[in-house]
Amino acid sequence: MMSEIFTVTFITGLIAATLRMSTPIILATLGEIITERSGVLNLGIEGTMVFGAALGFLTTLATGNLWLGVFVAALGGIVLSLLMAVLAVYMGLSQHVSGLGITIFASGLAMFIYRLVVGSPIVPPVITPFTPVAIPLLFRIPILGGSFFTQYSLTYITWALIPLVSIFLFKTRAGLRVRTIGQNPFAADTVGVNVNLTRTLCLAAGGAFFGVAGAFLTLAHQNMFLIDVIGGRGWIAIAMTIFGNWNPVMGAVGALMFGFLDAFQLRMQTLGVDLPFHIFLMIPYLITILALISVSRKATVPAGLLRPYRREEKG
Amino acid sequence: MIGMSIVKRKPLPAWVMLVIPVAAVFVTLLITSIPILIAGGNVFKAYGALFQGALGSKFNLLETFVKASPLVLTGLAVAFAFRAKFWNIGAEGQLFAGAIMAAWVGIYFTWLPSFLVIPFMIIFGFLGGGLWATIPAFLKTKLKVDDVVTTLLLNYVILHIMGALLFGPMQMEGSSWPRSASIMDAAFYPMLIARSRFHLGIIISLVAVLAIWFINNKTVFGYQSRGVGINLNAAKFGGINTNMVILKTAIISGGLAGLAGVGEVAAIHHHLMMDVSPGYGYTGIVIAMLGNLHPIGVALAAFFFSVISVGAQTMSRVAGIPIYIVGVIEGVALMTMLIFILLTEYKIRWTKS
Repeated sequence: MMSEIFTVTFITGLIAATLRMSTPIILATLGEIITERSGVLNLGIEGTMVFGAALGFLTTLATGNLWLGVFVAALGGIVLSLLMAVLAVYMGLSQHVSGLGITIFASGLAMFIYRLVVGSPIVPPVITPFTPVAIPLLFRIPILGGSFFTQYSLTYITWALIPLVSIFLFKTRAGLRVRTIGQNPFAADTVGVNVNLTRTLCLAAGGAFFGVAGAFLTLAHQNMFLIDVIGGRGWIAIAMTIFGNWNPVMGAVGALMFGFLDAFQLRMQTLGVDLPFHIFLMIPYLITILALISVSRKATVPAGLLRPYRREEKG
Repeated sequence: MIGMSIVKRKPLPAWVMLVIPVAAVFVTLLITSIPILIAGGNVFKAYGALFQGALGSKFNLLETFVKASPLVLTGLAVAFAFRAKFWNIGAEGQLFAGAIMAAWVGIYFTWLPSFLVIPFMIIFGFLGGGLWATIPAFLKTKLKVDDVVTTLLLNYVILHIMGALLFGPMQMEGSSWPRSASIMDAAFYPMLIARSRFHLGIIISLVAVLAIWFINNKTVFGYQSRGVGINLNAAKFGGINTNMVILKTAIISGGLAGLAGVGEVAAIHHHLMMDVSPGYGYTGIVIAMLGNLHPIGVALAAFFFSVISVGAQTMSRVAGIPIYIVGVIEGVALMTMLIFILLTEYKIRWTKS
């Protein structure tokens, strides 16, 4: 078995799968980091991803246009986030419960719309998914070429977004405003920042990320919509946000770790290791919990997180 | 430009708090008539079929009670935890833990005198769910790990533990499916009404409602648990061992969800399988909120969602509305109830500037 692990094909495949499987989690983590940095925990993430997966798939099924599917998924995510903004930002309702409400609502709605459009055929409909794009010249490099430089366009875009979100949060005035609101909304309000509007915009950006993360699973990773398509990846992104200490680069590292574990356990299953495959399925979740424990003592939660902003209720 | 601000209002009379959930349900059904219309259904016919299917005959009504039983328990589980601000989103996993324990006792404890089998299943199921819930409680109190995330992630861990058991040591001999052998006859919850599935678990759910009401209102622990929820630091300064209170709250909360799992194994399926719960743990969150975290409210909210979920099958058959409307109704109900609760504490003031 060891000899099978150390072949070039195996390693290339493992790295490629790690990068592929971490893509939706990186995207969702980036979205959640932007949102939480402004002081809003969005537990609607899981449902928003299901919604994006369904909407993206159905759009592409109807039009044959993959990028239109991605676009509509982003729009769907934004709409749900605006609903979240009404509840949790403008009305100041419990962020926990509002988010869970969005997740239950959006998952139900996604399934409802899917059934309405496709009915209940015996064989679920499929689309022609995205194909990996090989980067000219670079794809010839051994191992790296077949893994890093032969990925989906959405994966390349996701990589580009890691530094971009980082720069936005830490090097721009707008990013500073977002972080200030997340730390101390009263101070931000005093210097004339519109707290609720900024939070809404951050939620909307996050929602677009979630929607596309969901669509990646139905338009690239797979070619159909299944009920458990997201399977807790949204919750993993919440965990990675904490693990990464609300830092995009560290969050992405965490997401890569989860992607690796996911890819590795799949390969262990196919290598015929004699254990029930559910043991392997469990490992990424267990390690995620251990990762959270490892950082729990030094986590610096944005101080304004979970607190609705009401000017008259200072302190 | 018109601005909106939210200001505190004077406490409303108690009867308003009783009207609120009813109004929220009404508004919810109004809102969810939109997707029904889009699906091409006649709203009156569709809701008619829904209520007919859930309440229209003695048999249907008893089925609605059957479905309500696990929902009451998961609703109580979530409500009891949320009241102490222990964010237990893990009732689904705790239900699995209870179901696994119930199946274990029901299949393998053949040496027990038969009258002890059901009590053992109940006790083991309660402890299974309860102990599973102490993991996030321990992580929260001792290591400051966020309880929302851990309870959610642990749902997937226990799901896969169950899968490993059902493909491994607990798999029925000769089966290639992930299912256990059947539990022994002595482990079947007795049916209390002839020609129906009205079983012992429904009575257990009602006893649980009373027990939680009693704990909340008549015991020191109930007050401490609430105190921890209202203001953790004040409770700590008041001399309450808050970590212990959260741990005990977790055991009771998880235990209740575990009992839901026992009921599904002992009364409905009679063996353990992956689909032992269609998401009762998550619906429990909606039920807890709609019931305003009060045990009686939880019982009524559970009955309402049982009506929706039993009736939706008839509605799907008669009016052709996809069964997933249930999730939409749950989500809308949760959000509507949240807004209604807000409006009892605050009022919206419109300002022109």
